[in-house]
Amino acid sequence: MTHGQPHDTPTAAELVEAAREFIEGELAASVDGRLAFLCRVTANVLATAQRELVLGPAQAIAHAERLGSLGFGDDVELAAAIRSGELDDRLVDVTAVVRAAVIDKLRVANPAYLERSGVGVEPEVGHGDDNPAGAAP
Amino acid sequence: MAHDSSDDTRPLADALCRALDLAEVADVRQLSGGASRQTFTFTATGDDLPARRLVLQRERPGGTERAVGVAAQAAILRVAARAGAPVPALVDHGDDDGIGGPWLVTEHVEGETIARRILRDEEYRDARSVLTVQCAAALAAIHRIDCTSIELPESDDILLDWRDLMDGYGHPHPAFELAFRWLADRRPPSVRRGLVHGDFRLGNLIVDGSGLAAVLDWELAHVGDPIEDLGWLCVNAWRFGGSEPVAGVGRYDELLDAYETASGVAVDPAHLRWWETFGTLRWGLICITQSEAHRQGRHRSVELAAIGRRVCENELDLLELVT
Repeated sequence: MTHGQPHDTPTAAELVEAAREFIEGELAASVDGRLAFLCRVTANVLATAQRELVLGPAQAIAHAERLGSLGFGDDVELAAAIRSGELDDRLVDVTAVVRAAVIDKLRVANPAYLERSGVGVEPEVGHGDDNPAGAAP
Repeated sequence: MAHDSSDDTRPLADALCRALDLAEVADVRQLSGGASRQTFTFTATGDDLPARRLVLQRERPGGTERAVGVAAQAAILRVAARAGAPVPALVDHGDDDGIGGPWLVTEHVEGETIARRILRDEEYRDARSVLTVQCAAALAAIHRIDCTSIELPESDDILLDWRDLMDGYGHPHPAFELAFRWLADRRPPSVRRGLVHGDFRLGNLIVDGSGLAAVLDWELAHVGDPIEDLGWLCVNAWRFGGSEPVAGVGRYDELLDAYETASGVAVDPAHLRWWETFGTLRWGLICITQSEAHRQGRHRSVELAAIGRRVCENELDLLELVT
């Protein structure tokens, strides 16, 4: 990922991974209760950031191509067009585009959710565990 | 996280003593602390009463825009108890009294609130088998309550209100737009208006070995279509990984049959599905609201930050419901 950038290794994704491994390992083992819970939340947040650093650039290209196939430049335009009703006769195509974007978001945020939902997903970096941020509002 | 009555809880214990006219308050423990509210338990001793365990709910002023105040919550607890709904007995409430914010004190109810344990632990096996029917009966009791004397929020157009909230954050969500259109095209006839609990789900229910022991957390109560509560109970997030749609443990037909038995109201499954879909959208928008509390600096928290990336879970659930 450092191609075309002045930075040395580790890459940003590798730095985030190192921080996550420290929190999951040494730090989580030395605390309990609420702090242990927050260690899990923080490790999950870093795993998400790590996956986004790795997958994000290709996802951005694919997202732009999908939106372009409907004639839109970004999600703002697509959202406004759905709301106005102008896409009501193309809802199958529109839904397929929206669904593909949501699946890409889940590949970064919580790949395990796709598996539980029966949506196929290839193995990705990091690991989406049971997302302990699922606490009540 | 538990604190005993060490120096940091002494001022709170003293304030509770004065506010509730108690001889002694001891063993103050914080159960939870959120952006809008904190919960504590403590042991109260009166002059002629044996020691008993009570629960303090303390609100942060201006914590949650849509929440009803402690006075309305106290009024609901009183009428709900009379209507036969399982609720913790109200002890008292007030605006501050040195406690540090609007407060409400109830009796402590033994049992479990953590969904994961209720859904998986062996000791709740019997509870799980009766929970759907008990929830339906409790909701029927809640929905029978005459709440006309209590000041509660009531929306003229629930879809418009939540769309306005979403627009206020300025992040486009095409999946939510698809859901709003689906919902707008299929609005159920609003034949019945009444008290809606507003957050009836695992996490806000105390469950013991024999099932539902108490309904907590009334701050999202409002006037509306009571079937909203049934739909909310079916939202995927509130199944906590359980295999069945109703709170992770029950079937749709079980819920509707038990609700009809208890209330006399027959509910069309499509009506329930509308509210489940609305509830899924609402939870997605609440996730955005919570992450914005972090982003806008009102309550910096990695937990709230993480919730922002759960929005896409709701989007996938919504696409499953509307397509």
